[in-house]
Amino acid sequence: MENQPIPSPTELRTEEFVVNIGPQHPATHGVLRIEATLDGETVKNILPHLGYIHRGIEKMTESMLFKQSIYLTSRMDYLSAHINNHACSLAVENALGIEVPARAKVIRIIMDELQRLTSHELWWGSCAMDIGAVTPFFLGFRDRERILEIFEANTGNRLTMNYITPGGIMRDVLPTFVTDVKELLKKIKGYRHEYDQLITGNFIFQHRTQGVGYLSKEQAISLACSGPVARASGVSCDVRKHYPYDGYEKLDFQEVIDYGCDNWARYVVRMEEMKQSIHIIEQLLDNFPTGDYRTKIKGVIKLPLGEYYQRVETARGELGVYIVADGSNKPYRMKFRTPSFSNLGAVKPTTVGLKIADLMANMSTIDLVVPDIDR
Amino acid sequence: MIEFTDITAWIHSLLLSVMTPTWTYIVELVLSGITILVVLLVCVIIMVYMERKVAGFMQLRWGPNRVGPYGIFQVIADVIKLLLKESFSPNRADKVMFNIAPALALCVSLMALAPISWAPGLTMWDTNIGILFITAISSMGVIGILMAGWSSNNKYSIIGAMRSGAQIVSYELSAGLSIVTAVALAGTLSTNGIIQSQADGWWILKGQIPAIIAFLIYVIASTAECNRAPFDLAEAESELTAGYHTEYAGMQFGIFYLNEYINMAIVSIIASTLFLGGWMPFHLPFDYPVVHMFNHIMDFIPTWIWFFGKMFMVIFFMMWFRWTFPRLRIDQLLKLEWKYLLPISIVNLFFAAVIIVLHWYL
Amino acid sequence: MNSLFKYIKEVVYAFVSLAKGLLLTLRYFITIKKVNITEEYPDNRKTTISVKERFSGKVVLVHDENNEHKCTACTLCQIACPNNSIQIISKQIETEDGKNKRVLDKWVYHLDMCTFCYQCVDACPQNAIEMRNSFELSVYDRRKLIYQLNQPGSKLKEKTTVKEQQS
Repeated sequence: MENQPIPSPTELRTEEFVVNIGPQHPATHGVLRIEATLDGETVKNILPHLGYIHRGIEKMTESMLFKQSIYLTSRMDYLSAHINNHACSLAVENALGIEVPARAKVIRIIMDELQRLTSHELWWGSCAMDIGAVTPFFLGFRDRERILEIFEANTGNRLTMNYITPGGIMRDVLPTFVTDVKELLKKIKGYRHEYDQLITGNFIFQHRTQGVGYLSKEQAISLACSGPVARASGVSCDVRKHYPYDGYEKLDFQEVIDYGCDNWARYVVRMEEMKQSIHIIEQLLDNFPTGDYRTKIKGVIKLPLGEYYQRVETARGELGVYIVADGSNKPYRMKFRTPSFSNLGAVKPTTVGLKIADLMANMSTIDLVVPDIDR
Repeated sequence: MIEFTDITAWIHSLLLSVMTPTWTYIVELVLSGITILVVLLVCVIIMVYMERKVAGFMQLRWGPNRVGPYGIFQVIADVIKLLLKESFSPNRADKVMFNIAPALALCVSLMALAPISWAPGLTMWDTNIGILFITAISSMGVIGILMAGWSSNNKYSIIGAMRSGAQIVSYELSAGLSIVTAVALAGTLSTNGIIQSQADGWWILKGQIPAIIAFLIYVIASTAECNRAPFDLAEAESELTAGYHTEYAGMQFGIFYLNEYINMAIVSIIASTLFLGGWMPFHLPFDYPVVHMFNHIMDFIPTWIWFFGKMFMVIFFMMWFRWTFPRLRIDQLLKLEWKYLLPISIVNLFFAAVIIVLHWYL
Repeated sequence: MNSLFKYIKEVVYAFVSLAKGLLLTLRYFITIKKVNITEEYPDNRKTTISVKERFSGKVVLVHDENNEHKCTACTLCQIACPNNSIQIISKQIETEDGKNKRVLDKWVYHLDMCTFCYQCVDACPQNAIEMRNSFELSVYDRRKLIYQLNQPGSKLKEKTTVKEQQS
């Protein structure tokens, strides 16, 4: 090849090379292909390629009834299945103008917060595993298993529950629900010190995450990040506080904000969020209302003509459901604003200039769930 | 009790009666090599099983328990699986280097077994530079890894091999300085001599603080040399799939796997020889009749139990580290070595020298 | 001097934090029999396995002791199913009064396509179907996964009218 600059004899000629990380990779939490341009160990550029798990959920909803579309949303971010169902059901209820009984509201919030706990437990296990320690994976799953047993006993399924439906919830909870959840919370609080002993106080882990993966407040806002990613950079964006829905306005909990902007801050924010979830559930269990669990909607659901939007806070950030209805029993268009799609943009500014190992650490604390990115 | 020296003397006389002394020497070398290999392979089988069971127990699960009672035949099943897999090489890989690399790595590791003293009188090559030989040979281990990474024609393998090369070369220094500390305490480079000098107590007790620090530094540095977690960037599964042995399959991968465990075994044998007394039973260095009786009781336990017990204890430490700690990044790893382990071992050597000159050890 | 103290403090802090983690795994290693979380399936199929009552295993058509079911072939469950795992085949028969009535002929359930979402049970106005918690449903032949849920010889349970109940 001509016209190449001839390096002087004392200069070492180096090249950047392009490495594909994924789509089959143990660390990318799904099928995501990342094209990383490396110069030795340092990352120069990151280009994510999406679409490996695109199933056409939004197109499928155009040919399904409303209740069936809601069942489909639990497969988007399967670690916040209840919360996805909750968002869609709220949109439909606001459109139809029906009132949900108090008992159903309380049970919905408890299921949401338990779901948030399971998501953060799984995140903790896989974050530690990406950074190298394998044992915390099993510890996280042990605690998650106990919550999933409650889900199985009450709703019938463990991962994609289809329990929260327009009008309330599908079935009433078991009579032993309150005692079961109280016992579960006691066990989970008892295991917290093991997390601190094994990972949070660990010198190696702290050095892997502190000072690494800096995402400033302006970057977080301009990339439309939400959830713990933005809250760890100082942006106050909890939907449960700013646009409360379905009973959250009466609860007393804190919005967890940290100003560290690095991986360690994101880690601390999520650990603290777990504590706040437990606090919310305990408040609700103390005065558990009795009554009806569902207002039955007669016949097939038909939304009146118009556009409806509902936003909720999933474990990853802000989920928005936008329904365009044309009066028939199928939606004309249902669009989801998913949190992981926007948070994916945070991978590049946090990683450029650091090493490959930091890329893995960043992706694990940003907590992407790939089916949420390309639904 | 049958002493091992009786058996070796009997074999020696038997061979001498049949062939000339030169041929006897050659046949004895071959026989002892085969025996050591067999013993080591049995140890490796136990180690692989132990690793999986220890990993399981620390992760709140059982580990393998379906193949045979308590899963004891799991290793045999794994070996059969590896033998039946196809060993292919990538399209544009350097065929010669690709096929030699595993064998080279294994040979270098096995050569370090020569001067080790397994029991009183049982040493394959009893020289007075034993420890120096072992250190020299084990620093050649990096060649096999670099060859494997380079000849695979795969970007991941090259990254893994380069990381591993830098790591092994750096940690040789701290490990070497710890060995120098122990050798200075014992006064001799031969393995037999070091073990004999611990006849009135292991160096980790007699040498007090410098010996304890040297032992810890040696265990940490040799964990890094074996590419074990928390220093296992070369084969970091969640980052680069498998590092330098990504392109190997079948028995070639089996040889790399075997090599990792043989390295671990050698390192723990050296650690137990230098600091924990090798095959020497646990004696206390004080001069009271109670202590003499205690020492006498300790002598009843056979030496091979002491030897293998200590070896497996150090191996358990290495496995314990693997399943507890997260991984270190490459620059943190090198920083740990050059800024922390190396200065500490130099200072430690200085203190050990002071103690030796002033005869302050027990 | 200050940096030397910081250096030593860092080394000591590292040791202490790492030792705490080591103690935790050692505790798990020693007390494995008590803290074990493995569900030892299939060895515990008869003993300790616990599948919850409401687990959505597969759909069944409830038959009582007289081999009667409550399905009127209204096909609401077929409409509610998101991916066509239910096929209701009905037939017309003549009752004693001479009227044409539609009754259930075959309740076809495609287990290979079912997503266990509970929508069919929710949609049934007569509560004729429910989900049972059996989970060992694998077969070697895919054709065996298409079930017919109404048992042979079963018929619709006659609804007793209010007059008949009072008398």
